[in-house]
Amino acid sequence: MSAPLTMVRDGVRQCMAWLHGWAGLLLGHILFIMCLTGTLTVFKPEISRWMRPETVATASPSDAILAAAHWLERNTTGSTGWYLTAPDGRANTVEASYDSNGQYLAQALDPLTGTPVLRETLGGELFYRLHFELELPYPWGRLLASLAAMMMLVALVTGIIAHKRIFKDIFTFRPSKGQRSWLDGHNALGVLALPFHIMITFTGLLTLASLNLPWAIVSAYGEDVATLYADLTPGSVTRAATGQKMPLTRLAPMLATAQRHFGDTPIGRVYIFNPGDKGAVVTVYPSDADAIGYMPGEISFDGVTGKTLKIWTEARPGIRAYQTIYGLHMARFAPSLTRWLYFLGGTMLTLAIASGMVLWTVKRRERVPQSVGNRILERLNVGVLTGAPLGAVAFLLANRLLPLGIAARAEAEVSVALWTAGAAVLAGLILPPTIGWPSLLGLLAIACLSAALLGPIWAGGLVMATINLMLLATASGLLAVALRQRRPKHPPLPARRRTVTA
Amino acid sequence: MTAGLKRRQAGWRYRANVALRVLAGTVGAYLVAALMAAMLARTLPMSRVEAVTNATMIAYLVAPATTIWAFLARGPWRALAGVALAAGVLALIIWLAGPPA
Repeated sequence: MSAPLTMVRDGVRQCMAWLHGWAGLLLGHILFIMCLTGTLTVFKPEISRWMRPETVATASPSDAILAAAHWLERNTTGSTGWYLTAPDGRANTVEASYDSNGQYLAQALDPLTGTPVLRETLGGELFYRLHFELELPYPWGRLLASLAAMMMLVALVTGIIAHKRIFKDIFTFRPSKGQRSWLDGHNALGVLALPFHIMITFTGLLTLASLNLPWAIVSAYGEDVATLYADLTPGSVTRAATGQKMPLTRLAPMLATAQRHFGDTPIGRVYIFNPGDKGAVVTVYPSDADAIGYMPGEISFDGVTGKTLKIWTEARPGIRAYQTIYGLHMARFAPSLTRWLYFLGGTMLTLAIASGMVLWTVKRRERVPQSVGNRILERLNVGVLTGAPLGAVAFLLANRLLPLGIAARAEAEVSVALWTAGAAVLAGLILPPTIGWPSLLGLLAIACLSAALLGPIWAGGLVMATINLMLLATASGLLAVALRQRRPKHPPLPARRRTVTA
Repeated sequence: MTAGLKRRQAGWRYRANVALRVLAGTVGAYLVAALMAAMLARTLPMSRVEAVTNATMIAYLVAPATTIWAFLARGPWRALAGVALAAGVLALIIWLAGPPA
């Protein structure tokens, strides 16, 4: 026997390929869900618009905020805060988070009337939350997402080292050759947008930094969270509620002052702390749609007298660097073309993960007997890789089909999405993959088609039309794949089973 | 896959090798990244809060590098020893630097 084996594989490249496989596989299904929902989140405001077709009115950020505050004033009691995000060129509603009677609520408010919109829905917000919380309780969802992102980073770097010919891979695709084709596809998807993949993974990890790597904070601040908060946001005004009732003064002059201060940048968010109390504070932030760096400044007013309390513009390089990285991930700054590139990059990463997961099983299919683990994985792949998008489309369908005005309608939409995804996973586990793949992909195609038709397809507006067309394009693409798999199995498939591929 | 490699992979030596490297590459890598963040937060020559943000950003690069190194080191014990050494040095600097005033 040769010298004792000290590496897990002979050779650096083989070793890295091994690590790449395992790092990608272990939380691969979680990563797939995160990437899919993250990619959809690029168009979060547009998806929300599609899901609220009755709300077509638009208003300036200030007018919409005023309408929202007016409604909140009459419909909340004992709030500690109203957190309002103004509409911009993309979103047309005010996103309001607030508490009333000790209950935490989130609503989309009509920009003209300030009342909750007719069709109660989470809209694109669901994908956003799924992306980093996975619908799990705090902090476990975020920790799991952080762990998955860390594995993704390892998988990306090892994927690069394991590679011999990065540039050539961009142009290599040999279709209908089984394992070879999957590998070519996986490589092309991974390599073509590699800088994007690394950027989005790294910046994504950083968005959850205070949770997944708080040790710099602990080391420098210890338990002193108050000082940390004051250092991090010197512009913020913290005032406790006095308990003494005082009506909120008129917001319009404050918004006008803030707007003058922000110059060309429109108002982005307005936070009203302790409304109706003598200690009320109104803080206005500029829109983050114009700059990569998140939250470049803020201006605070006394909520009772209307006097300016503090004006702050963030200029510290260390904080700006972090905000820029954060902003790069959120892509709120991105002009239309850049946003489409984010969407394309995200789609490629999602498909790279999916093809990697399939490749793992395809590669091991020739082994006889196939291990139980790989057999379960093969079926889990069918269920999760089709189930996650099926859940997303079921969410859209539920949005159109559930009657308006039923109790907890928004929650019902989410339940439909999650149960659909769960059912798909179950179906994937029960059905043999040769039947599971085409039937679930076909179902997904039909679901996309139905969502586009229910849109309804003829509905006006560029946003609606674009989303409907995207759904149609996805449906036809999936249908082509599903039909291809339904074809009678002549040579290629059985050959893959027993004979060794060249 | 050669028969020799296959046989070796089934042995306990191979399994122990993988297990130790996984330990170094996961728990160890996180430990080194955490200590790197803590160390830089105390030593970077800038305001406290900026040192914290920069330290955190740099530390994220250390974690995957440590993981990869854990699998490239010549032996599993070397991987563990390397991680322990890095952690020890970082911890020493943190202790020497002391908490910021």
